[in-house]
Amino acid sequence: MQPRIRLFPLVLKAILLFVLFNLAFLVINDIPLGKLSLYNSIFPGRERFPFGETRESYNLSLFDLDAMFASHVLTGREKAHDEYRVLLIGDSSVWGTLLTPEQTLAGQLNKSNISACGKTVRAYNLGYPTISLTKDLLILDQAKQYQPDMLIWLTTLEAFPKDKQLTSPIVANNAERVQDLITNYQLPINANDPALVKLSAWEQTFVSQRRAVADLIRLQIYGALWASTGIDQIYPDNYERAQTDLEASDDYHGLDSLNDALALDVLDAGMTIVPDTILVNEPMLISEGRNSDIRYNFFYPRWAYDEYRELLSEHAEARNWQYLDLWDLVLADEFTNSAIHLTPTGERLLANKIAEAIQAECT
Amino acid sequence: MGLIQLGVSILTALLIGALTRDTLRTYLLLASSVLAVYWFQPALPLRSFDFWLPSLSLALTILTWLVISPSGVWRLRQNLTGLSIILGVVTLIVLSRYLLPDPIFTATTPPQIFQYLIFLLLAGLALSAFGWMSHRHTWTISGVIILLILILVVLKTPMFSLQTSIFVRTLANRPIENAAFTDLRWLGFSYIAFRLIHVLRDRQMGRLPELSLPEFATYVVFFPALAAGPIDRAERFSQDLRKDVSFTQEEILLAGQRVFLGLFKKFVVADTLALIALNDALATQVRTTGWMWIIVYAYAFQIYFDFSGYTDIAIGTARLVGVKLPENFAAPYIKPNLTQFWNSWHMSLTQWFRAYFFNPFNRWMRGHKSLPAWFMILIGQAATMLLIGLWHGITFNFIFWGLWHGVGLFLQNRWSEFLRTRYPNAGQDNRLRPILTIGGILLTFHFVALGWVFFALSDPSLSWQVFQKLFNFL
Repeated sequence: MQPRIRLFPLVLKAILLFVLFNLAFLVINDIPLGKLSLYNSIFPGRERFPFGETRESYNLSLFDLDAMFASHVLTGREKAHDEYRVLLIGDSSVWGTLLTPEQTLAGQLNKSNISACGKTVRAYNLGYPTISLTKDLLILDQAKQYQPDMLIWLTTLEAFPKDKQLTSPIVANNAERVQDLITNYQLPINANDPALVKLSAWEQTFVSQRRAVADLIRLQIYGALWASTGIDQIYPDNYERAQTDLEASDDYHGLDSLNDALALDVLDAGMTIVPDTILVNEPMLISEGRNSDIRYNFFYPRWAYDEYRELLSEHAEARNWQYLDLWDLVLADEFTNSAIHLTPTGERLLANKIAEAIQAECT
Repeated sequence: MGLIQLGVSILTALLIGALTRDTLRTYLLLASSVLAVYWFQPALPLRSFDFWLPSLSLALTILTWLVISPSGVWRLRQNLTGLSIILGVVTLIVLSRYLLPDPIFTATTPPQIFQYLIFLLLAGLALSAFGWMSHRHTWTISGVIILLILILVVLKTPMFSLQTSIFVRTLANRPIENAAFTDLRWLGFSYIAFRLIHVLRDRQMGRLPELSLPEFATYVVFFPALAAGPIDRAERFSQDLRKDVSFTQEEILLAGQRVFLGLFKKFVVADTLALIALNDALATQVRTTGWMWIIVYAYAFQIYFDFSGYTDIAIGTARLVGVKLPENFAAPYIKPNLTQFWNSWHMSLTQWFRAYFFNPFNRWMRGHKSLPAWFMILIGQAATMLLIGLWHGITFNFIFWGLWHGVGLFLQNRWSEFLRTRYPNAGQDNRLRPILTIGGILLTFHFVALGWVFFALSDPSLSWQVFQKLFNFL
């Protein structure tokens, strides 16, 4: 005869276990679960960070930097004695929106098989599709442990405004790390800025964190699709081209001048991390359409961008940085769906310029 | 069906099972099921079709009941109560348009009251006419069966569905450019139609007991089994309704275990596997043979856990109200041959086809003495599996899937016959038996998995690409 099961004690025990599990999750919240990864062991590491909004891209966006790095090929690759390790930091133009991994700047640099200082250059794509210097610094601060020989930091004016520094979701949702950056690099950013998401005890329980846990698991499962297809974003046959007919507005973040409006301290901090760093003002679309006498493109009125170029050039020169101003390197036809997203051809032009700069490093 | 709908279904079943007995339980199950027919129906691009299609499901249910029931039986109190419950719930849903700011019983706003009244009038006239005819003409039952099959054919054939959508859009003076064959996603109709055909055929054969309208309608649109089966038998179902429910702690636990198992299978295992399971996109994107096999395996397990998960939830939920729905799966992937696989996969559907097609068809063929036995087996198996394929959709891929299994069953039958005659003691050999069993399981599983390559994809050319990749040729 089967033992009689009593319903209410069973339900009570289930509830108790559920509560305990949630409390335990709260306690172990500091353990970096994201470092546990199937990438670089069962599945090959990703050529760029996970980022995506739809299931068809076999990719997803998450805020766990440990998981992002753990899935990246950089984490799984021991630095060979003849490897000249170059990290590329920047926004979606570096990450490579609408480009396959081979067509991105990193992909093209690797394909060109260049060497520097007697070693073979291996470039790693650490771009991430939001525009903010603080986001770049956040990634760079974690990437420095991977023994880079050189950092190529591609940026654009839109990454500089102080009011944009914490609005990138990955920055806002890594409050503790950003606070560490503020302390370690003495950044003039309010560590208690409400834009930084701080989790209450309840929000750290398993029930509240279930989405984040599910994302971690999904990231691992998508590893199978990355391994089997090599696809990590959607490549539509048709897309809306970057705007060339522009609004007749010269407004830029409501500013009259860029003086004191740019987060140059964040840039200064980042430029100290890797001794050999090349700062690149990335190419952008220069429109010849309607109102192009007022604006260069969707992002920038002419006055703001011209002022930014002058300011950045002076700033770099004063600090003796290696600085490449490649803003007008690529013709308007070689941009895709945004004023900073390049076609494979545009990317190749950029790669050639940057390859020259890398090769010039030890000469 | 999402988690909220499942959660509300389970809670409703728990409350009905705990608080009601006898006829009150049947009435409440009927009311809940009628409500579920509307609530589970997803939104459709055709205006108010998320109301009209469930209403047609109910109208066809009442029509079938009238056709199978003795004359005048609708005047009995319990049947009038059943009719009042159905009309009351549907009227409430229509009135919710005026009482609630947003629709909660239907995916979109229900139609206006005058449109509903016209529908009631037309449905009432049609039902009266059919009811009247059914007691004077024996062919009426056949007529309803043909009507149900015709509706199924239209729904399952993309071209006919598209034409119907264009027709409806033209009538409603709406643009036809947006018409699609998916415009007529009629939730649960495949199951409803098969339940109705089963009772109609059993009435024709004179083996159907008398059923009251509340019992019959509850059987047809029983909310735990509405969306994904299983396909119960009316006489067995009604016996459960008439039985006294033993709402004990053990029953709740057993039901709860089943529900939780189903939820885990569906929402954890199947939905996870779905991320990497074979689909049209992956058919062309996967680059290597090894990964293609993994993607096909993932689909094989995803479809099993998805479907059997829903079945577990349905069986567990039904158990809460004292209904013991039939099992639909019995570890199908560890069966040593294809016949056993089909005896343990979607069992309620295969039993339906066995009862209403395979057996009668075989009896008919046996009447033709000139036909060789092997030919009758081949045609019987292939025709049955072809129909099962077509039940899923009238497309080339479902036809190929059906034929794949039909021919597979035939070959397995011939192989078994060959073994039985040439090596009658092969099954008795203790050394050979485990090898035959394990080999049979692996072979059967892979045969079924390869069959899913047709089932999972929309086009034969995609399936061909997958086979090329799987076997690394061309």
